[in-house]
Order: sequence, then structure tokens, then C-alpha cells
Amino acid sequence: MTPAAIPQGADYVRILPEIVLSIFGVVIMVLDPLIDEEKSQKTLGLVGLAGTLAALLSTWYMAQSPGLAFSDMVRVDGFSVFFHVLVIAIAAVVILSSFEYMAVQKIRAGEYYALILFGVVGMGLMSSAVELVLIFIALEISSISTYILAGFRRYDAASSESSLKYFLLGSFATAFFLYGVAMMFGATGSTNVDTISRTLQTEAAPTLVYLATALMLVGLGFKVAAAPLHIWTPDVYEGAPAPVVGFMSTAPKAAAFAVLLRVVFAINEPGHFWPIWIAAAFSMTLGNIGALVQSNVKRLLAYSSIAHAGYLLVAFAMTTSDESANGIAAAMFYTAAYAAMNVGAFAVVSHFANAGERYLTLDDYAGLGRSSPVLAAALTIFLLSLIGIPMTGGFFAKFYVFSAALKANLIWLTLIGVANSAIGAYYYLRIIVMMYMREARREVPVTPIPFGLGLALGLSMLATIYLGILPNRVLQYAQESARDLLPSRTMSGQLGAPEMPTTAPDLHNRR
Amino acid sequence: MNTSGLNTYILTLVTFVPLAGALLLVLFPRRDRDIRIFSLVISLLTFVLSLHLPVYFHRGQAGFQYEIDKQWITSPNIHYHMGIDGISLWLVVLTTFLTPLCVLISWKSIQDRVKEFFILLLVLQTALIGVFTSLDLFLFYFFWEATLIPMALLIGVFGHERKVYAAVKFFMYTMIASVFMLAAILWLYAQTGSFDFVYIRDHIHSVAGFPAAAQWLFLGFFLAFAVKVPLFPFHTWLPDAHVEAPTAGSVLLAGVLLKMGTYGMLRFNLGLFPEQSRQNAPWIMVLALIGIIYGALVAMVQPNMKKLIAYSSVSHLGFVVLGIFSFTPLGLNGAMFVMLAHGISTGGLFMLAGVLHERRHTYEISEFGGLASPMPVYAASFLFIVLASVGLPLLNGFVGEFLVLSGAFKARAIYGVLAATGVIWSACYLLWMYQRVFFGKVTHGENNALPDLEGFEKAAVWPCAIAALVMGVAPILWLAAIDPAVQAALTPIAQLTAKVAGQ
Repeated sequence: MTPAAIPQGADYVRILPEIVLSIFGVVIMVLDPLIDEEKSQKTLGLVGLAGTLAALLSTWYMAQSPGLAFSDMVRVDGFSVFFHVLVIAIAAVVILSSFEYMAVQKIRAGEYYALILFGVVGMGLMSSAVELVLIFIALEISSISTYILAGFRRYDAASSESSLKYFLLGSFATAFFLYGVAMMFGATGSTNVDTISRTLQTEAAPTLVYLATALMLVGLGFKVAAAPLHIWTPDVYEGAPAPVVGFMSTAPKAAAFAVLLRVVFAINEPGHFWPIWIAAAFSMTLGNIGALVQSNVKRLLAYSSIAHAGYLLVAFAMTTSDESANGIAAAMFYTAAYAAMNVGAFAVVSHFANAGERYLTLDDYAGLGRSSPVLAAALTIFLLSLIGIPMTGGFFAKFYVFSAALKANLIWLTLIGVANSAIGAYYYLRIIVMMYMREARREVPVTPIPFGLGLALGLSMLATIYLGILPNRVLQYAQESARDLLPSRTMSGQLGAPEMPTTAPDLHNRR
Repeated sequence: MNTSGLNTYILTLVTFVPLAGALLLVLFPRRDRDIRIFSLVISLLTFVLSLHLPVYFHRGQAGFQYEIDKQWITSPNIHYHMGIDGISLWLVVLTTFLTPLCVLISWKSIQDRVKEFFILLLVLQTALIGVFTSLDLFLFYFFWEATLIPMALLIGVFGHERKVYAAVKFFMYTMIASVFMLAAILWLYAQTGSFDFVYIRDHIHSVAGFPAAAQWLFLGFFLAFAVKVPLFPFHTWLPDAHVEAPTAGSVLLAGVLLKMGTYGMLRFNLGLFPEQSRQNAPWIMVLALIGIIYGALVAMVQPNMKKLIAYSSVSHLGFVVLGIFSFTPLGLNGAMFVMLAHGISTGGLFMLAGVLHERRHTYEISEFGGLASPMPVYAASFLFIVLASVGLPLLNGFVGEFLVLSGAFKARAIYGVLAATGVIWSACYLLWMYQRVFFGKVTHGENNALPDLEGFEKAAVWPCAIAALVMGVAPILWLAAIDPAVQAALTPIAQLTAKVAGQ
């Protein structure tokens, strides 16, 4: 471990996607005042889209040179590549589905697309940073752009309320995180995740470490909207522009889960088990019960996202390293599947909401099956995936999480999760029932689907169904990266089995 | 024809041809007439393909035939493993037999959203066949859940007045119950590393934690199946679903969906947990008896024809469960035969009730009376199916019930005696209903002008009548394939009983 004082060329390659995204973001900001206001919407959007595509390409380039960069602050491994691809793909789909939305809502696009790109910079860094201070900075970059994005319908009081609430509570939560980082430094003498992990393995953890982890869990728990830190979610999601909700319920969450995975599993001390167990159980239960009584679709999906954060946390409650590898892989798969279905669902919601986001209640969806069969069919697929019906990504996501939990003998948590998915089915089903089994009570205009949105819907649907029928590849990749994440623990052959380790590997590999 | 090549892929073909048809239906035909013809062709094609199964089936053999086993997903270790034995063979054929009839009976009654209706029907068919052909627990669960959505939509979109209530109730009941089955399946996978039915069956007893967990696993599976059957006291969704469902939905619901439950008990509860099945048999048989008698008594007082038939299903399915948990070859053969016979005759009854509903838009028995004179052909067909359902010798209902009763009698005499009253009850409620609807004077003037059965309705109903007759006269055609499979299913239980007796 020789810290290179001067950054080398490889260092820059290892943050290439971030660099590319920043450049495109700046270009958008520069172009904005130069272009005619009428045309700026489309042009800037296309520049943003090009930015995400270029970033995807540079992620591939980045993946070719794994390793540490910038004095061990950034690590490129399978894990960070996975989250880079995920977050950037989400941004691309959200940009696609925003084109028409911005025009219909009469929002001047301008910095909107730039903010999305800057947000992605932060999220990308969150997944590759292995230095707690850098993680904090990345978290702030990502949060600040989402705070602004939440308030983008600035003539609407609800949107401003959403932005302000998110900002105040969010800053409070990041402060907790920072406090936790400081304490961790006090306890272990380092802010580097790898060093901390090594220190904690050799010495008994002092009490301060538990306090530090708890504080960091508070900060990250807020970001992923896990109970009991979830209260902000419905209000913020209700007020924020629909495509932005699609974005911020998936991308920053995925990034925060990435950090959580790094922190929880790298600082693998036994104390984290019960807090996470409880947070998972509460998130699933409160989220699902809250969603049962909602009549606004955005609020309903907000509560549903709390519940899904809970399912995801189930994968975190593992203690031994064999189980952890399963849990990490399951969690990674879950974030990908959840991103596909939720971005898609919000794309439908944002299109259907129409000018001023007027049509958002469940009753407005009555008769959609007749007035726009394509939109209704798309939403049905996403909702079925959210329920966890076979043939959709949501099914395998839940399946992997619960089977990882069962292997780790978390029987009660699994039962709570399984019972919750049954409750969850009810409220998703209500929307489907509305669309197909009720006739419209009032005229709700449904505009034809524009090309950009169609493409966004198509991509999300493709991803949802692909993950539901052929989950193999993504899961295998996630399993390999899960082993990357636990390097210090890979003592000779402990995790050497090429397949998902089971309690009975000989039975498992019988064919 | 090169049958050896076809043997590997025939199950895949039979299962997925309807789905392919549904996809084509999404894309191509636009006119309602074309859609109907196309669905009929697809469902008939599936039926013809499925006839390959009994024709080339090796009857004396107990194991699975037409097997196909390919790795689908490596981690978790999920296989595309399909195969049928004498138990599932006839259920597949029953499904493919009933679907074209469903298309025919919906020919005129579905006028709104025709395309969606037939797409759902064909998707449902694929899922139903898949349930009976899968030998991988994961694949089984996959198809099991996949039946839910098209069925719920068929009820909820094309049903009658309280359709949404019925659809949601149906969905939630079965969904919640099957989640427990999923938990049990996951446990089995976590412990054995395989979803393969045959592999788990042969290796589960060497798993360390199995004896402690077995009772819970048994209950997890059993709950999912009991709700589907439906076994008393889980039956309350059934009358609602039947009354609100469109005719074709009712036919498939009663004819095939309910059998998924009894099939599951036979295949998985008996197959994987023989010891627990034996221990739990007493209370399950009591529930089955309650179902037989209670279902019959409630059916007796129903003013609504469709509800009456629905409760008669509760009663008849009670016979099946009784037969299965009697653990005698007679009882199991009988249970299988009742499943098939009930599918045919209750399917026929629902179609006939649907015919009447189409003409008068009501199922109330009091709205009718004396229909025998304006609709003679209809009345004769109805009588034939009613007699088949009642269990008149030489028709299909008799054989199955007789076998089940003798099996139950062997298991415990009092069960046989009590269950035998169910046969009497069923004669009471069905014949009484028949008398009120068809005999006497025409009480409502508009009933005088009701048209008799039309061509396509005859085409839908008469095959049921013919099948009922053939099954009643020559049950051996069916039982020859069923018996070896049933004997094989009973072997572990017989061994257990011998061991207990020997101690």
C-alpha cells in the first residue's frame, strides 16, 4: 500500500464516467442561455441523453482497469461497475421519459438535465468510494441535486414544500452520517473502509464503533427511506415532479444501498444485526399498511417504496460471510429489478398525470384499460412485478432475498416478509382493478404516447421481463461482485466455491 | 410420424401452443369473428396435440413419462423439468378438452372486449396445463401463480354485478394461501439445493432438520391446496367467484382450477410427506366429510342456480379429499376419477346454466319453471348431465363416488357411511332444482318464447354428455393409466403403516 501522491493516468480512468457526466452537465449549463428557449427543451435533453450514453461507454472502459485510485479513495470493482451501470441506465430512462413531461408541465428545462447528470456523478462516486469522507461528499453531491429536482414544479406549492422538507430533513440525516464518520475515525484512527475493516478484525471493537455505526445507519436509513426514518417519503414524493420521483426513488436509493452494503459488510461487527432486522421488519410492515389506505397513486407508490426498502434490508441481516455473499448478491439484484419496475411505473404516472399533474388519484385511473390499452398494459406489468408475480423481475428479486434469508436461518424475518408481500398484493391490485374493471366516471384525457416515453416504457418493460425470465446473468455478476466486496474476509478458500454457497454444496452441484 | 422425437417435446408443445396462440391474437386478427375462429382453432389444435399423450402412454408404468429436463437458471438451481404420470395425464387432457368448449360457449355471450377475453382464456390454459406437467417445484409454483391473474381478470372484467368484489376475494384468498407454499418450497430448496420434485422426494429424509420441520412444511403446502380445492372452512370464495364469473370462467374454475388443489395434495402432500399425511389424515378426513355434507345441505337451499352448482362442487371435491386421505388404492383411484367426472359434468352444468342466463339474464330458480315444453332439447341435455352428476350407474359420477366410498369404508366404516349420505343429498338438490326449473307449468310468460339450444351451444354441451357416458361405461380406459401411478404414490404410506403395525 503505497499512496501515490500524484494521480496517474489510471486514476482518471477509474473515475471516467464521473468526469464524462460532469463535462456533459457543464455543457448543458453553458448551452442553456445560448439556445432559443423554445428549442432548448429537446436539445438539452438530447445532450443529457448523449451524456448518459457516453457515461455508459466510459463505464465499460473503466471496468477494464479495476483497482484503487487517488490514494485509495476510490475502488473500481465488479460491485461499483454494477451500480454505475444501474444508476446511469436509470438516468437515461428518466431523461427519455422527461422530454414530453417538461413540455406538458411548461417547465423550462435548462438545468433540469444538468442536475440529473450531476446527481448521477454523486451516485456513481458513492458506489466506488472506499473512503468515508469521500462517501460523504458523494452523498452530498447526489442529495443536493435531488433536493433541487424535487422542487422543480416551482409554481406549485406542493413541489416547493416537497423540496424544502426533503432538504431540511435530508441535511439533518447527512449530519448524522458525518457525525458517525467522525466517531468511527475516533475509534479506529482511519476513515478508509478497508483499513477500518482490518483494524476491527484484529482488535475487539470498542463501544464507540457501535455508536458510530448506529449514527451512520441513521443517515443512510433516511436516504433509503427505511422505517423508522421514512416519514418524509410520502410528502416528498407527492409534491415532486413524477419523473423525478421515478428517479429519486431508484437511483439515489440504489447508491445509498451500495454504501450501506460497503459499510455494513466491511465493518462487519455483530452489533448491526438487530437494528437492521428491526428496520427491515418495520419498513415492510409500515410501508405496506400505509399504502393500503392511499388514494393518491404517487403517495401509494411512496409507501410501496418504503416497503421495498424493507424487503431489501432483509438481505442485509446476515451475519456470517457465506451468508453475506448471498445477501449482497440478492440485494444487488433487488435494486436492479426494483429500478426497472419503479422507473417504468412512474413513467406511466407522469404521462397520465397531464398538465399540472392533475390526474393522480386512483379514481382517475378508472377505465384506463379501455381508453389507453398500451399504457394500462405497461402499468399492469410493472405493478405485477411490484407484487412479485412470476415472469417478472420483482419475483426473482423477492425470491433471492427470501431464500438468502432462509439459508441464514432468518425464519421469522422471512415469514414477516412473505406475509407482507401478500398484503402488498392488495393495493397494487386496486390500481389494476381500477384500470380494467371500472368504467371512467369522468372524462380523463389521455394523450398519445410520444416516442421518447414509448422508448422509456419499452426499455423498462424489457428489463423487468428479462430479469423475470433469464435472471441468470445479472445474478451471477452480482455474486461475483459480492465476493469483491468482501476481500479482507476471503481467507484462503472461505468463499472459494464457484457457485452460491449452500449448506449442502454437494447436493447443490449434483447435475 | 417420428414419435420418439416428439415424445420429448410434446409436453412443451401442449403447454405453450395456447400461449403462442394468445400472442398471435395480440398482434393479428382485428374482427371479433376472426378472433373467435382463431381461438377455436388454437384450442382444438392443443386438444389434438394432447391426444398424443394418452395414445402413446405406457399404461403399466408408474414413473413419469414424456420427461424433459433442461437447466433453466443455474443459480438457484432451477430446471425446466416436465413429465406426466397417470395422475396428471388425464388432468391435462381434461383441460385441453374443456377449453374448446369454453370458446364455443362464449361465442355469443362475449360481445365486449372479445380480444382480451380470448387472450386471457388461452393464457389461462397454458398456466393450467403447466401446473399439471411441471416436476420442478419452482416451475410448478410459477404456473400455479400464473393461473391467478387471467382467472381474476376473467371474473373481474367479464363477470356479472359484483364482479370486482368476487375477483379481488378470489385473488387474495388464493394468493395469501400460496405464499405459505412458497415459503415451504424455499425451505426445501435451502436444505436440499434442488427444486426437483423427484430428487427432493428421494433425498428429503436424509436432511437433518427435516423431521422437526416436516409438519410445518406439510401444512404450508396443504393450506395452499386446501384453499384451492376448496376444503371446508376455506370455501367461502368459491360461491362468489362462480356466481360472478362468466360461463367460460366458471367452467374452467370448477372443471380444472379446483383440481389443482386436489392434484397438489396427491402429488406433493402425499409424495413428499407420507408420514405427515398419515398423521394428519384424521382431521383432514373430518373436514372433507363436513365439506361433503355441509356443501350439499347449503346447495339444497340455494335460490340461485349457479350458487347451487358451486356448493355442489364443495361437496363433490370433499369426496376427492376423502378418497385421497383414505390411503387405499380404491379411494385414490376413485378420487382421481371423481376429479375427472366432476370436471366434465360440472363443466356441462355451468355451460347449461350459462345458456339460460344468456336468454333471461338471471340465475334465480324461481324465475323459471316448466321449461321442458319450450326447450325440449335443452331440458333433455340438462337432465343427462344432472344424472351424470348425481351418480347414476353407467354414467361417470357413479364410478368415482363408488370407488371413493368403498375406499373410505375400508379406512373407517363410519366415514363411508357418512359420506354415502352425500350421494343422497346430491340427488336431492340437483333433481329438486331440475324439477323446479323444467317441470310443471310455465310460470313466467316470457319463458314460453325462449329459443332452444343453438348449434354452437349443442357443440359445446354434447361432448360433455358423450364423455360422461363413455367414462361411465368404460372407466377402465382411464383407470388403467391411473392405477399404477396411484399404487406408486401409496407405497411409502403402506410401508409406514406396516412399520407402525409391526412395532
